[in-house]
Amino acid sequence: MDIKSLEDRFEAKIAAGESIEPKDWMPEKYRKTHIRQISQHAHSEIVGMLPEGNWITRAPSLRRKVALLAKVQDEAGHGLYLYSAAETLGITRDEMTEQLLSGKAKYSSIFNYPTLTWADIGAIGWLVDGAAIINQVMLTRTSFGPYARAMVRICKEESFHQRQGYEIMLTLCNGTPEQKAMAQDALNRWWWPSLMMFGPRDAESPHTEQSMKWKIKRKTNDDLRQQFVDITKPQADILGISIPDENLKWNEASGHYDFGAIDWDEFWQVVNGNGQCNKDRISAKQKAWDEGAWVRAAAVAHAEKKANKKQKLSA
Amino acid sequence: MNKKEWPLWEVFVRSKNGLEHRHFGSLHAADADMAIENARDVYTRRSEGVSIWVVQSSDITASNPEESGELFEPAKDKVYRHPTFYELPDELKHM
Repeated sequence: MDIKSLEDRFEAKIAAGESIEPKDWMPEKYRKTHIRQISQHAHSEIVGMLPEGNWITRAPSLRRKVALLAKVQDEAGHGLYLYSAAETLGITRDEMTEQLLSGKAKYSSIFNYPTLTWADIGAIGWLVDGAAIINQVMLTRTSFGPYARAMVRICKEESFHQRQGYEIMLTLCNGTPEQKAMAQDALNRWWWPSLMMFGPRDAESPHTEQSMKWKIKRKTNDDLRQQFVDITKPQADILGISIPDENLKWNEASGHYDFGAIDWDEFWQVVNGNGQCNKDRISAKQKAWDEGAWVRAAAVAHAEKKANKKQKLSA
Repeated sequence: MNKKEWPLWEVFVRSKNGLEHRHFGSLHAADADMAIENARDVYTRRSEGVSIWVVQSSDITASNPEESGELFEPAKDKVYRHPTFYELPDELKHM
């Protein structure tokens, strides 16, 4: 079959709402887009363990500590589900790791902000996981089968993440004035970066049009961002702390909250490597990769030794 | 240093006794024992299973989607393999 008819058949399948599976024919650009998007998503899960890991040893109680440990462990699992999904497209795990370390592959810019206080752990669970869930729920219906299936599993596990974060915020907000101020400070610092998680405005998002056409995305960045603001404002009201945006107000006519302008210059600075923690994050991953090299090699050697022994016994 | 990548394994999990093992996903491990241990950590963190199978991905032979026609279409016109193909009176019970 020639390329044109393969393409027509592929487009017809997408239009009919069928899933694309790894061994199906797909345009090279569809494959590349997925490798880029899924590996970025996986790297975000893995790098996302670092800001939270920072607080495991300093969690204020055993209850908080086991919850945070479980959450960070989940992020590792989510990274693995996603790496596996990307591998079905013909890239290896090592190649992906190398792309992360060299800076060729990106990860969510949110993880380049530091976690300064315990309240940041609450704010991350509430806002960062909240934003991620909105994006990921949409992706459970994405057109590439392995990606959609990974998302279903991840969404099931992620709702505990957001609830544990909100509970931390609630406890702080019901605590002493100092604790409540700490929660407000965390909201002040995490609000705008959370809005940036949905990516550039639709007009400036180079991939949106093609991604919508191929049903990789089902909603645009701006639609998802609006959904997040609409959901989150009443949650902040329950906590009794205020979102740091004087232009945030209910718009009766549109049925949505209006909100202020995002500082896109900051967004691009962080994406391009100039955020507060970009260097720390990559050097932490590089260190783990380098120091784990002997473990990976030893495991292979051990497996070979065991296999040889077994062969000798059965000979 | 040995730069060999750990092979890829496919993981099948039985959710509870009485149900079949279902494909859950894949992971890398140096050997089968490690694959089982990793599968426990990656796929059954919330008591999702009571039994795990792992098989090296390279040992699986898959049908080719390009040949789906030859493979699966012959079954399409054999409607007589379904119970609804047979026309029986409504008053007939227990059949």
